[in-house]
Amino acid sequence: MLLINCPYCEATLPELEFAYAGEAHIDRPADPSALSDEEWRDFLFIRTNARGPHFERWRHIHGCGRFFNAVRDTVSDRFLMTYKAGEARPVLNALEAAE
Amino acid sequence: MTTQRHDFNAQPFLLEELPPVGRFSLRVRPGQREALAAALGLELPTAIGQRSSAGQTEVLCLGPDEWAILTAEAERDALVAAGAAAYAQIPHSLVEVSDREITLRLSGAQALTALTAVCPRDIDAIPVGRGARTLFDSATVLLWRDGPQDFRMDVWRSFLPHVRAILDKITVELKSGL
Repeated sequence: MLLINCPYCEATLPELEFAYAGEAHIDRPADPSALSDEEWRDFLFIRTNARGPHFERWRHIHGCGRFFNAVRDTVSDRFLMTYKAGEARPVLNALEAAE
Repeated sequence: MTTQRHDFNAQPFLLEELPPVGRFSLRVRPGQREALAAALGLELPTAIGQRSSAGQTEVLCLGPDEWAILTAEAERDALVAAGAAAYAQIPHSLVEVSDREITLRLSGAQALTALTAVCPRDIDAIPVGRGARTLFDSATVLLWRDGPQDFRMDVWRSFLPHVRAILDKITVELKSGL
């Protein structure tokens, strides 16, 4: 079982308390009606499908209920870090150097 | 031939259903927490899992802007009135959920063992006098730790038969020394 650090509870807790919520840092377009069909399709469906560090959202649904962001290595399943929703995307190189 | 003696606990833990109390779910933005706490006459702790109590009213912090409040039946209307009076100045959500949950009390020598058999979270890491919203098998419960082997668990009514069935099974296992 994965152990995930919830940045709101400030505790490392079992994966079963959490729910995965897709890729992080996808901004909704400011003016959706100005988008072409292809751009709208990309916004809705096209994801990075990263091999390696992946920015993703999680929700501590059976706990504090908050959404937060995490960087997880999709190869090793290791969580590089978790941070609160709304915070800037961390720089990957610095994270990997710290490992 | 030697006589085998088993020292198994006849009653590994005591399971009680506590009488109904007033329950509320409170949401308010962190900036207005102190003002609302003063208006309701309650202390609203800021750390998740922290508890406070005033008289018979107990408060548990569930999230950065969410609290669970348990009150005596008699004090329920007073809390609703205090919330309504403060609503215009301090926008918040105070929802009565008394009918949603039933409180089970687990106490006795193996209460902690029984919970660790079902909850994925490290229950022993919850300090005495704190609480948590966590997972009990597939049901979300509010767990209040009152003593090293003394817990209260607020379970949603629809999950109660499931939760009790699991606890009954654990009782049988603990009695047989598994």
